[in-house]
Amino acid sequence: MARQVTLNRRLINTGVAWAFGILIFFPIFWTILTSFKTEAEAISLSPSLFDFDWTLENYQEVNSRSNYPRYFMNSVIIAVGSTLLGLIIAVPAAWSMAFVPSKKTRGILLWMLSTKMLPPVGVLIPIYLIFRDWGMLDSRTGLVIVLTMVNLPIIVWMLFTYFREIPGEILEAARMDGAGLKSEILYVLTPMALPGIASTLLLNVILAWNEAFWTLVLTTTKAAPLTQFIASYSSPEGLFYAKLSAASTMAIAPVLILGWFSQKQLVRGLTFGAVK
Amino acid sequence: MRMQKNVIALTVAAMAASVSLAASAETLTIATVNNGDMVRMQKLSGEFTKANPDIDLEWVTLEENALRQKVTTDIATKGGQFDIMTIGTYEVPIWAKQGWLLELDGLPDDYDTDDILPGIRGGLSMDDKLFAAPFYGESSMVMYRKDLMEKAGMEMPEDPTWEFIGKAARAMTDKDAGTYGVCLRGKAGWGENMAFLTATANSFGARWFDMDWKAQFDTQQWADTLNFYVDLMNDAGPPGASSNGFNENLTLFQNGQCGMWIDATVAASFVTNPDDSKVADQVGFALAPDNGLGKRGNWLWAWSLAIPAGTEKAESAKKFVAWATSKQYLELVASNEGWANVPPGTRKSLYENPEYQKVPFAAMTLKSIEAADPTNPTVDEVPYVGVQFVAIPEFQGIATSVGQQFAAALAGQVSVEDALKSAQALTTRAMSKAGYPK
Repeated sequence: MARQVTLNRRLINTGVAWAFGILIFFPIFWTILTSFKTEAEAISLSPSLFDFDWTLENYQEVNSRSNYPRYFMNSVIIAVGSTLLGLIIAVPAAWSMAFVPSKKTRGILLWMLSTKMLPPVGVLIPIYLIFRDWGMLDSRTGLVIVLTMVNLPIIVWMLFTYFREIPGEILEAARMDGAGLKSEILYVLTPMALPGIASTLLLNVILAWNEAFWTLVLTTTKAAPLTQFIASYSSPEGLFYAKLSAASTMAIAPVLILGWFSQKQLVRGLTFGAVK
Repeated sequence: MRMQKNVIALTVAAMAASVSLAASAETLTIATVNNGDMVRMQKLSGEFTKANPDIDLEWVTLEENALRQKVTTDIATKGGQFDIMTIGTYEVPIWAKQGWLLELDGLPDDYDTDDILPGIRGGLSMDDKLFAAPFYGESSMVMYRKDLMEKAGMEMPEDPTWEFIGKAARAMTDKDAGTYGVCLRGKAGWGENMAFLTATANSFGARWFDMDWKAQFDTQQWADTLNFYVDLMNDAGPPGASSNGFNENLTLFQNGQCGMWIDATVAASFVTNPDDSKVADQVGFALAPDNGLGKRGNWLWAWSLAIPAGTEKAESAKKFVAWATSKQYLELVASNEGWANVPPGTRKSLYENPEYQKVPFAAMTLKSIEAADPTNPTVDEVPYVGVQFVAIPEFQGIATSVGQQFAAALAGQVSVEDALKSAQALTTRAMSKAGYPK
């Protein structure tokens, strides 16, 4: 009887989880589906799920109109570059706050987080002027710097949380065995925090990949990433839903595939320490 | 051997020539909005670069709001990212006044500036000087279903009144069959419901500001406008109309669910295209309604090409602007894609062309454009330029807030009276903060 109850509960849990998952994924699924429809079918008030004339014309049109590889490469460089630069700054910062905290550590952490609450448009003009004067408008370097700054509070917070979960006794034991600061970070801390660092890295690549405000404002042609590619197919007047869906699918596909293959790592990292 | 040397020398010379040509080529960065006409210009621009091998073109194509934010930031900070910008009739007078745009003088002799439709030219000029060249122009008009009108036993005149529109809409409505007499913009936004309602208010004799820049939402004319609109939409509009903008109404109309739709003339080509519209062969056109006061409820808009004052490539930029807005460009589009796809609403000569006169919506588009006067938009005198907007920088913010009040009234969340009171209060507050009322 008890086994039956457990089985039922498991079935219900699985069903609810699947239903929730499908619900969350549905907009992306619908976008992908729309990308294979004609414009007329895309705006139909009684759309069919699979029973329509599948077409690749939207992808052909998008490919002929835009230089997708250039947008894609810019997205890769900007997302990976800003994440790596962020990690270089954030790992020592999080280490010092986790293992050598001072009275001001908590205040600093909260201040860092508070910068995320500022609407970006509030600092648009000063940043634009700095970029203009330094010749960094429409440059990948400029965007890497901005996106590093934008995501740095999250990177530091995530790493800080992971580092805090590592027992201080292990580090103390390493120090007693004669490990210096460099050895302690490289051979003791890093292997233990690797899942956390990996998930921070993945999450930041996704955040930087999806960032639209700064990438749209600070780039024009040379450094324009996939966000600008999508924006060029959105229109308030006209019938471009199917083309917009095709462009969106092409833009989200890489990050979707990355997320799919690294989901174990992501989940492991995000729940790291949660079971303690 | 000698011949081989000559070939090598010639090849090297050719390569050097091409390198020096490439090095001397000037690249124009053009910001443009993503719509069918602009995308077509991008595709055809190879003709321009072929004729001007010393000029390269880089395109930044964006959705209207993203483009507006981007070019505004760039021009206000003299960022210099663009050599040519696509801007609307709202921006041109404001930016020209700020000294942000180059005057378009010295255009080629055959450009024929006098051929530009006077209303459009007026909206893009300051002190009679042209600051942007119109690429395409539009107004608004009534698009209606001939079959439903006939079924209702009525006949649409070429120049209907609002009273007729109200009667016809109620007669055409069959809610059980999912057919609604009229689809109008309800979604909040300065370029959404407020574009429609400001133009409609003009025909009711209402205005945004009096000559002292005092808000006018406490007048009977505004009460009449909003009461008429809300009552009409409640009786004959589709459900959830307060969320409907251009695209939503277009979809409803194309699916055969609207008896009438009053919106941009650019929609005419979409609703008459049998590939996209279920009712393509049943669409008729009429002027936007009036109220017998001498003004119609139609707007005036032009997407135009302007050159920011800071560009270092002014001469090349002028060459491109002149090419893209010339009579020859219209002929180029016509020869490639047919007359129905020519950018409309900018030149008198286009409407005199017998081939273009065969396009079903051409005559009504011209009449609608000619019925709008941006310097004299409503019955009483106003201190501003603009038909469906007020060309001051504060308008976007104020009109979006007012639009939210009016959308709430349409959704039944507040009364018309309360929406107007709020609109009056928030407009007065914003304008006095900006230092306008005398």
